[in-house]
Amino acid sequence: MAHVATLILLFPLGGFIFVLLNGRHMSERQVGVVGTGVVVVSFVLSVLCFVMLLSHSSREVTVNLFSWITVGTLHVPAALLVDPLSITMCLFVTGISALIHLYSTGYMHGEKDFRKFFLYMNLFVFSMLLLVLANNLVLTFVGWEGVGLCSYWLVSYYFDRDTAASAGKKAFIYNRVGDVGMLVAMFLLFSRLHTLTYVTIFARVGTLTPTVATLVVLALLLAATGKSAQIPLFNWLPDAMEGPTPVSALIHAATMVTAGVYLLVRMSPVLALSHSGRLTIAIIGGVTAFVAATIATSQKDIKKVLAFSTISQIGYMVLAVGVGAYSAAIFLMISHAFFKALLFLGSGSVIHSLNGEQDMRKMGGLQKYLPLTFPAFLIGWLTISGIPPFAGFWSKGDVLTNVFDQNKALWVLGVLTAILTGYYMTRLFVLTFRGTERFREDTGGHDPHESPWVITTPLIVLAVLSIVGGVLDLPWIHHDSLAGFLSPTFGYVAAGGHADTLAQYGLALVDVAAAVIGLLAAYSIWRNIWESSRYESSFLEHVWHWDDFYDATIGRPLTEAAQFGDDVIEPKVIDGAVTGLAVSVRRSAEGLRKVQSGFVRHYALATILGVAVIIVFLVARVG
Amino acid sequence: MHSSLWLTFLLVVPLAGAIGAALTRKVEGRAYVVAITASFVELVLSLVVAFLYNDHVAQTQTFDFATRHVLAAPFGLAYDVAIDGISLLMIVLTALTVLLALLGARDRRQEPAFVAWMLLLTCFTMGSFLAHDLLEFFIFFELTLIPCYFIISQWGGRERSKAALKFFIYTFTGSAFLLIGILFLGFAHQHQVAGSALTFSYGALSATTMSHGTAVWLFIAFAIAFAVKAPIWPLHTWSPITYAEAPTAGSIEMSALLAKLGTYGLLRFAVGLFPLALVTMRPVVLTLAVIGILYGSMLACTTPDLKRFVAYSSLAQMGFITLGVMSGSTIATVGAVLLMFNHGVITIGFFLIIGFIEKRRGSILIKDFQGLQGPAPIMAALFTVVMLASIGLPGLSGFVSEYLILIGTFATHSWWAVVATFGVLASALYLLWAYQRVFHGRAEGANAEIADATTHEQWVLVPVVVLIVVLGVFPKPVLDRITPSVQQLIHHVAPSGVNK
Repeated sequence: MAHVATLILLFPLGGFIFVLLNGRHMSERQVGVVGTGVVVVSFVLSVLCFVMLLSHSSREVTVNLFSWITVGTLHVPAALLVDPLSITMCLFVTGISALIHLYSTGYMHGEKDFRKFFLYMNLFVFSMLLLVLANNLVLTFVGWEGVGLCSYWLVSYYFDRDTAASAGKKAFIYNRVGDVGMLVAMFLLFSRLHTLTYVTIFARVGTLTPTVATLVVLALLLAATGKSAQIPLFNWLPDAMEGPTPVSALIHAATMVTAGVYLLVRMSPVLALSHSGRLTIAIIGGVTAFVAATIATSQKDIKKVLAFSTISQIGYMVLAVGVGAYSAAIFLMISHAFFKALLFLGSGSVIHSLNGEQDMRKMGGLQKYLPLTFPAFLIGWLTISGIPPFAGFWSKGDVLTNVFDQNKALWVLGVLTAILTGYYMTRLFVLTFRGTERFREDTGGHDPHESPWVITTPLIVLAVLSIVGGVLDLPWIHHDSLAGFLSPTFGYVAAGGHADTLAQYGLALVDVAAAVIGLLAAYSIWRNIWESSRYESSFLEHVWHWDDFYDATIGRPLTEAAQFGDDVIEPKVIDGAVTGLAVSVRRSAEGLRKVQSGFVRHYALATILGVAVIIVFLVARVG
Repeated sequence: MHSSLWLTFLLVVPLAGAIGAALTRKVEGRAYVVAITASFVELVLSLVVAFLYNDHVAQTQTFDFATRHVLAAPFGLAYDVAIDGISLLMIVLTALTVLLALLGARDRRQEPAFVAWMLLLTCFTMGSFLAHDLLEFFIFFELTLIPCYFIISQWGGRERSKAALKFFIYTFTGSAFLLIGILFLGFAHQHQVAGSALTFSYGALSATTMSHGTAVWLFIAFAIAFAVKAPIWPLHTWSPITYAEAPTAGSIEMSALLAKLGTYGLLRFAVGLFPLALVTMRPVVLTLAVIGILYGSMLACTTPDLKRFVAYSSLAQMGFITLGVMSGSTIATVGAVLLMFNHGVITIGFFLIIGFIEKRRGSILIKDFQGLQGPAPIMAALFTVVMLASIGLPGLSGFVSEYLILIGTFATHSWWAVVATFGVLASALYLLWAYQRVFHGRAEGANAEIADATTHEQWVLVPVVVLIVVLGVFPKPVLDRITPSVQQLIHHVAPSGVNK
């Protein structure tokens, strides 16, 4: 199994290196085949590894590769941890990646940096797998930063567009703020437990004081809010939509942005030690889910709606983590990967057919022109809204049931978010596929045409997964499904009795009711109009003015401080003080200030004389 | 114990090269060939020494290749050389720097004087790192000023004389304190040991007993000289103008290499000789280091030209090194020594690429550039690798050293480490912003016609990229060589201290 696990990692890396070295001599088609092929192989190996793990006596296998950093008591190996959690992550990461790589061969066809695109994508898959397979925090951090870097590159893929370049930078910087949290968490853990290896941390975690445990949890939460786009660091994700659509689907919806949730789930034994830490996590998740959903109701760009929807859905996952429902978080993560990738790729197909148009006001009535995209998107829409029996109903239901057990206030917030979700997704669906045709200007009067098979095949596969994804973890077979498989990984599962069957039916009914209310409301409003100031708020469209707030309170003061440093402190204060001192010394040494050009020579001479005097003095004392 | 002849060769080769280059006539770049050959031989020699040193990793005494010859007994003057894991890395860096600086400065191959000064500078720097005697160290340390002064004032930019003068006054003033400190210490030691001759041997002087007050004053005297050289905030204001006005090869030598004389001296002499002073001085210097990190990052955001940009980012990086050196933690100090090397390599990369761009456009002003990634993708890719290493991206060299510094310092001085961690965020901010302004956007006019990196330029940068990647992925051989020496030093400084 050790070799298989290592190969899961090495194939995408190999693809990256191969294309890096030979890319110039390869055709677009060859690059596409290699780039997609390695990820497919990686997926097959993940399946193999999963099967082997099922039959393995221990559900926790460490694979040592080599010694990476070793100094004194700090020992950081390059080693992998194969356990239910990491292999589950591997399965859906490689599976979704393979589909999106295939899609990209069609979508990115003819782009001038086609090779570079696949280079970055393969490196991304490698980094993401490293993130989930690492057996210690530092190696996870390598993957963590690696995915961030690939995200930076891919967001600013069209680098000659200023907005794209700025969006890439913004994504990286916001993630770096989170990284400070991750680093501090590592420093705290190492200074108290003298290890950064997961298994050892969990073994020694009992010795942490409650205060330190809370600090660690809060630091990890900061890291998670950066990578997973949660309040207060969520506003890089909408800008990241500047990247090509397959990137939005893979990195900014299905995989990378869930890394923060993965980190929190992985560190669940530490989370178990801090009640206030977990409550903070739950509140951040619940509030983010709600706030992002409100924003999504007023966006006009189809990808922006989906971006805020992603933030909102990850908010649900973070909320689940906060109430200790780790398997529910992972369940939602996987089903979200299915339906959100589907929605993004579907929107990509729409955008493709309209020659790059992303404004929903210029869409409408596409239903009859896109015979494959339309039904796929329909399924995605119903799934995310939480309509049974699609995957979203089961996974969101799992989360909300657990929240109900733990915290009624957050549960209400979660249900309100569900209503909003049904609303904004229906609005998006209606504006895009129904109503009057408003796209003729973009298509030059022609009919939009369906995309080629490499684009539609992944859509169909994801649609099927969205339909049946719920079977991963149906409520009445928890023990024989995902939850049962993952449970050995978690140090702590939410205390308190689970809702009884009757209550579960009741809660499920509430979920469905919420979805239907949102759906009907949006349908009745948006059926005939495509722009309405009554139902769109500028406050929501401008993201609660969150960016302006950061700009006013952090950005501008810092810029001014830096400018002040450059204009005043550096030349006048610091240099002025030192120069002033030098001048006054020079004034007192009359003979040296006559000629500037001869200064160095005089100075050197004086020093040599001075040294000679001192030495003679010393020798005299000694002698 | 290996023969000290190896080290003597390390001194003789660049000296002979300098003389050889100076004697050739100004034809067909013969001096250049001599210089390249000499620095290549030097690099091979230094690598052989580094390889041989491995045998001694496990021993209690980590100094190797040692010898001592008293040259003038009444003055305490001696030829005393030895290296340990700390100086070993600096030696390799010295040889590497001069080779890459010369290879990158092919346009100066018709000027024997230039290459001769470069080799002489290498000889003196090498001497400083090899010296196991304070007076000998001081002499070499001072001698490095002369080639530097001439390289700046003869081959520099428009304000070269002003820059050279500022550089000279700053460093010379700093050195005056150092000289007084060294003489005082040698003298004090002679008084303590009855009947001993005057000696400045490092081994002997490190056993000198002194009061807390004396230790503090001596520490300050030493630290000022090294703080100017590094530079450490607020004694840095010579560096932006000097790096900007010096020819590229000179900027490389000063920022990649000579700056390390400052932090090396701080660790070896100021920390190593005056443990008593540390209780008082540690918080002070740590605070200056952290200020330097944040202040340098801030000014790197606003500074108008690329060389000043590297100067301020170096100020921040030197802050990290100082933090590690002063932390009192083995892990952080090992990280600091490694960062001295890594920062050297990264800075060589930065200045080489900036030099290539300057040669094409005759400008280093950030506002003159836009969208270079379009016409020059390879140049952009090379710059990206160097930039990411500087940001501290895991998997590249900068991360290992920065991480060790921060996690080690956190164990001994948590708050300083936490504030310094924001420097990690700041470095991404100023580097990515600079990258965006220079390489992103749409290239127009002269920017659209800029030529991509030539084959020669790519080859010069290959060692930089290789070192950045290899030391990021597999730093073990290097760490294994540094760690025992650092452990010994930390143990000497705080015998009772736990090995944090």
